[in-house]
Amino acid sequence: MNGLIPNFYAGRLYGDLKVNDVDVKGKSTAELATHVGFVFQSPENQLFSLSVERDVAFGLENLGIERELAIERVNWAMEVTGISQLKNKAPYELSGGQQQRVAIAGVLAMRPHIIILDEPTSFLDPKTAEEILSVISHLNHEFGLTILLVEHRLDIVSAYANRVIVMDKGKIVLDGPPEIVYDEPARLFGIGLPKITTLFHLLKRDGIHVPINPITVTQASEALRRIFGI
Amino acid sequence: MICVENVNFHYPGSLDVLHNVSLKIDDGEFVAIMGENGAGKTTLVKLFNGLLKPDSGSILIDNVNSRDASVAELSRQVGLIFQNPDHQLFAETVEEELRFSLKNFGFKESMIQNRITSMLTALGIEQYVNTSPFLLSGGERKRVALASILVWDPKHVIMDEPTIGQDYTQKDRLRNFITQLISQKKTVIVVTHDIEFIAECKPRVVLMSKGRIIADGPAESILTDQRIVEEASLVLPQMTQLMRSIAELHAPRHIIDVYSALGFILRALRERTKGRQK
Repeated sequence: MNGLIPNFYAGRLYGDLKVNDVDVKGKSTAELATHVGFVFQSPENQLFSLSVERDVAFGLENLGIERELAIERVNWAMEVTGISQLKNKAPYELSGGQQQRVAIAGVLAMRPHIIILDEPTSFLDPKTAEEILSVISHLNHEFGLTILLVEHRLDIVSAYANRVIVMDKGKIVLDGPPEIVYDEPARLFGIGLPKITTLFHLLKRDGIHVPINPITVTQASEALRRIFGI
Repeated sequence: MICVENVNFHYPGSLDVLHNVSLKIDDGEFVAIMGENGAGKTTLVKLFNGLLKPDSGSILIDNVNSRDASVAELSRQVGLIFQNPDHQLFAETVEEELRFSLKNFGFKESMIQNRITSMLTALGIEQYVNTSPFLLSGGERKRVALASILVWDPKHVIMDEPTIGQDYTQKDRLRNFITQLISQKKTVIVVTHDIEFIAECKPRVVLMSKGRIIADGPAESILTDQRIVEEASLVLPQMTQLMRSIAELHAPRHIIDVYSALGFILRALRERTKGRQK
């Protein structure tokens, strides 16, 4: 979707793929970067400058944007991701969570409409992972950005996503709101359902009437309260 | 047995990474080392195969001091699988990747082929025997890295973040695989952030924070202690959170996995129905 395939990685692309009504075929990765931002799994693959500020500004500089405007956008991106105080530090001095924020800021500064994140929290400890997900969720709610998250660990993302697409062997096999997709069939495709969902599947199997399909701890707690009448 | 005594370590130009760490791990034990990013977990396990040597204190692997043995000698006994498979893989095909270490350790050619085949089958990657590891997905590359170490049958197996990029089926397979290794009296040490994986496996948990060991004990007691879990930047397992959110039902404090939670809920429901009938 950001044109890395087939522009950078060899491959053949058949069919139509449009991003914001722009056909990706024949477009360079640079052109598409203003529509679609991409954050990699490991920020080490993305960061290379000697200061956080330079790293965040790099993409914009390449687009040849006016200096004043570029500075404004870089400052905005650093503020939104909570890294303004780190701007003179070198990325390699930062913790994994801070590095991932820098990577997100670099993408955000380009003001894309869509941000794709490939397992952005898998190298982070659970607390830091939650912080990053709340930054991402903030971008979605506050600025209306479309967020496309590639994830295995649904335990972590369920509370944030409003649509889940399940892929298997190169095909889309399920697509819908998490409450629906997490019903039994998702298991067939090797999806790690949240523990909460698994627990309620098992309760149902044991003949307990479950009023809703909970996907978060809070929802599960409410469902249990109803079951026990407390 | 792995025996760590009063170990201190720092990288050149940095502050202490490990402070006075002591730890004893018996053969056949399954231990998870958990804690925040930068807690010193990976540094600690790199000391186990001699990649790093302590500034002070000692590491004994089956009574051999890590200072007195080469990395090659220690590696024969201690297999360390890195977090990032790309730091480990280099060969042109999966088969060559596995063959390399076997040759270096002087295995006979007649044995090499057998070992490679059975190892790849055990991890479900036999179809990639002639494929370049770099054409595989991140999760598959991780399994190739695992195979390339386990193939020489080290006595102690250390995996740094083995569940990253693995889907549900693969995690299940990994769990069975670990159980098999333990039944062969191997030591399995897993460095991980994956609380839900550990909540299902229930190994001994060693919790680290800022270069120190802050807790050590069964998963059920460590992962349910809110104070130390937070100190290590972890979160309580989902089942523990759920059980605590319905305090009125007086669920046992140590529930961390789905089946224990299910058992408790079903029992509590039965008791309620009985209570009503009386």
